[in-house]
Amino acid sequence: MGDLHAFQSSFAEALLGEATPTAAWATQPGFAVYRNTVLAACIDALAANYPTVRSLLGEACFADSARVHARASPPASGVLADYGAGFARSLTHFAPAAELAYVPGVAALDRAWTESHLAADAPVLEPADLQSLGPLQLLESRLVVHPAARWHADAAIPVATIWRRHREQLPLADPLAWHGEALLLTRPRDAVEWRQVEPAAAAFVDACSRGCRVSEALERVEGETGADGFASWLPMLVRAGAFSKSDAP
Amino acid sequence: MVALGAGLGLKADHYADAVASRAAGLWFEVHAENHLAAGGPRRRWLEAVRREHPISLHGVSLSLAGADAPDAIALAGLARLVRELEPALVSEHLAWSRFGGAYLPDLLPFPRSDEALHHVCANVGRVQDAIGRPIAIENPSHYLRLEGHAWSEIDFLAELARRTGCTLLLDINNVHVSAVNTGSSAEAYLDAFPAPLVSEIHLAGHHADPSHGERLLIDSHDAPVAPAVWDLFERFIARAGSRPTLIERDAQVPPFVELLRERALAQERLDRAQPSAGAA
Repeated sequence: MGDLHAFQSSFAEALLGEATPTAAWATQPGFAVYRNTVLAACIDALAANYPTVRSLLGEACFADSARVHARASPPASGVLADYGAGFARSLTHFAPAAELAYVPGVAALDRAWTESHLAADAPVLEPADLQSLGPLQLLESRLVVHPAARWHADAAIPVATIWRRHREQLPLADPLAWHGEALLLTRPRDAVEWRQVEPAAAAFVDACSRGCRVSEALERVEGETGADGFASWLPMLVRAGAFSKSDAP
Repeated sequence: MVALGAGLGLKADHYADAVASRAAGLWFEVHAENHLAAGGPRRRWLEAVRREHPISLHGVSLSLAGADAPDAIALAGLARLVRELEPALVSEHLAWSRFGGAYLPDLLPFPRSDEALHHVCANVGRVQDAIGRPIAIENPSHYLRLEGHAWSEIDFLAELARRTGCTLLLDINNVHVSAVNTGSSAEAYLDAFPAPLVSEIHLAGHHADPSHGERLLIDSHDAPVAPAVWDLFERFIARAGSRPTLIERDAQVPPFVELLRERALAQERLDRAQPSAGAA
């Protein structure tokens, strides 16, 4: 290890560490500029990528939780629009946010939006693409989940309603019905779209993403809420852009 | 190829304005890292801007002064962007920002030793090999007086250019900020800067540190170009001639028309200068 490596090791430690650094350069007022810039860039990136969590926690509490996360898990790449994959898990350990049981689920939905927004482009499977298939052929086929499709379900918390209220700035008039929910996010054109779906429909997409045939995916969702509604939610999933075109559906 | 005059940093809110603008010599610079996603609308907007204007790709995270080689995924992404967008200019910084797998989002300083020069030359070579063309290397803002410099920044940059064939991006706001922060002369720095190697100039705004005031300036890109920086710009182009000149604004971004007005101030000065005789 050369001198450059040793210098950068101690500089990086001084930027992110809790301890007051003792090196001569670290006692100059200018060192705080680097330290503040690095942490502010991480916190700003998390704020941009987790707007719903930010509005739920408030500015100060969000900045505290983002600072804790940035120190423990700094970005791995310069693509800050993609920073914070582990933030939802971080929030479960951060006391103020951990008291609000729905915050990690809301963070998972913010992350799902980011991943959908940044995902690769691909032509979506159209309803017409399935019309030529007979029922047996459909059951035997494998549906390819679109690269920009994301889904999140919670068995007990109405996380989709809470997330949508903030994202869509809906009034808070109705009391929340406290039950499990699922949300599907897709990007059939430029913009990310989302819709609440039956938990069985989200579980079906999940099974398809693991390579299951339609028949196998349906077996996996048996017992989920809405499992018997396949005939209505499969066309809905297709229209939403959950699947991409493939040569052999 | 159309001569590059004064350009603007491209902001997401201004894509439609940028596509429509017809100002002579106008070009746009984007941070490569903002366009490395696999897909999505941002890329289509950039392609629409590229159809109308020259584009400059400016990297901020390759960490060329790092002890390690640049991140292979980021480098492959930059190479793909260069191939697909055919940018007029490609640039990075004389700084590091990666250590031990972490990206530290700033342009960090280092002692300019022979060892550091060896690493930077190797890394610039890796980038130039990956993209198949020379890049321009920018002088960063300094906030510290570091010990252990074997090279002045100008000699380091000139030697880097000699060994790798890279050109230089002269950020005149960084020159001003660094001179104030380290107690040196911005004029002396500019007068010694190897003008023939300069392929691009950056201008930007800064602000005084809230605790330390005018003795510690922050390269914040959140304000119009300061009068002192305009003076330095005029001083440099009077000697060096016209160069592609970018106005950077990354925070407190005003409406597009206001940025165009500031950009016209740079274009007027370039129009009065001699045509470039350097690397541009």
